[in-house]
Amino acid sequence: MDLINLGIRSIFIDNMIFAYFLGMCSFLAISKKVKTAFGLGMAVVFVLGVTVPLNWLIQEYVLNPGALAWLGADFSSIDLGFLQFIVFISVIAAVVQLTEMAIEKFSPALYGTLGIFLPLIAVNCSILGGALFMVGKNPPFNLAQATVYGLSSGIGWMLAIVALAGVREKMKYSNVPAPLRGLGITFILVGLMSLGFLSFLGFSL
Amino acid sequence: MSEVAELVKEEKKAEPLFSKKNRKLISNPLDSDNPITVQVLGICSALAVTTQMVPALFMAGSLLFVTVFSNLFISLMRNTIPSRIRIIVQLAVVSLWVIMVDQLLKAYAYDVWKQLSVFVGLIITNCIVMGRLEAFAMGNKPWPSLLDGLGNGLGYGLILLLVAFFRELLGGGALFGFKVFEAIGIKYQGNGLMLLPAGACIIVGIIIWVQRSLNGYREAH
Repeated sequence: MDLINLGIRSIFIDNMIFAYFLGMCSFLAISKKVKTAFGLGMAVVFVLGVTVPLNWLIQEYVLNPGALAWLGADFSSIDLGFLQFIVFISVIAAVVQLTEMAIEKFSPALYGTLGIFLPLIAVNCSILGGALFMVGKNPPFNLAQATVYGLSSGIGWMLAIVALAGVREKMKYSNVPAPLRGLGITFILVGLMSLGFLSFLGFSL
Repeated sequence: MSEVAELVKEEKKAEPLFSKKNRKLISNPLDSDNPITVQVLGICSALAVTTQMVPALFMAGSLLFVTVFSNLFISLMRNTIPSRIRIIVQLAVVSLWVIMVDQLLKAYAYDVWKQLSVFVGLIITNCIVMGRLEAFAMGNKPWPSLLDGLGNGLGYGLILLLVAFFRELLGGGALFGFKVFEAIGIKYQGNGLMLLPAGACIIVGIIIWVQRSLNGYREAH
């Protein structure tokens, strides 16, 4: 029950885009067509679902103060917290690279749709943001919660990008003032959609 | 390294330190090539940390520091980085500088550091930094790269402060925490919408609109 609640919360209320603005760059750049938006969304769900639990394990067993105690008593006073950023981003870049190679080898069709987006994802702020938010949670997450959090944050992100792409496809038919065309109107759209998502705020299971 | 130093020297001989081309590297990102409103890079933090002027100022400063130094260092190393693993090398260099900023803020400006929370760490994946490394520093000499980093950092900071100015003024009736409206004797009821994410998006949209009406930049559908 707790996990479902957490999942719903991270999809709708703490939505990566509408509540935290994470991953906005690719969100705005790749939301012109629903099909490509869906492809990128799937890739983000996958990468978040893998890297958040992986980074949880690393935080728990390597980076936390005293986390290295399992290596022996000598290590129990070590605090590697300051290495957090560099370790997390390396894990993310490595997972993305591995995923890309694995998909290319085993499923060329999927690679055709996801392939070009995967390298982009390493520098999508929602991935690193997900890992950093996960660490900052109070009370701390366990592994199951971290996995659910990663997956559902990704789903929330995908939902947002597909929705925006749907709206932008229709925008072609409207007569927007010339200087506002493109980026300007997209920002205002995102603002209005974010207002809409506010209505989930009072929502709890 | 000595080779690189020679390159820099040649560069200086070939053209003055602030030649017209180099000055453009700083001035272009402020307006016609602005990282946020034209190149669409680094939006996340521009929206998230701009509810007040003080955190926005610190964020702009931190990003400026990171872009300038990572541009410089990647440019120094550009001939030795194998292209297949360049992303991870770039990320490592950038995170080095971000860790430094993070530790500095934690030590000397703890309140602001608390307020910025994960967004200092997210400078690593800020597309401005990565975008400029890929687009400029990998193919240019150190001095122009440094200027390019400076220009883009300033262009980013400009928009950040502009957005924060409107959000804090309209949302809380204050600037840098100083109650402007009260000081001039007007009772002002803060507009909560401006403090929400939605308000930030709409303000950025309007800034883009005004900027493009002024400089004539148009986008096809």
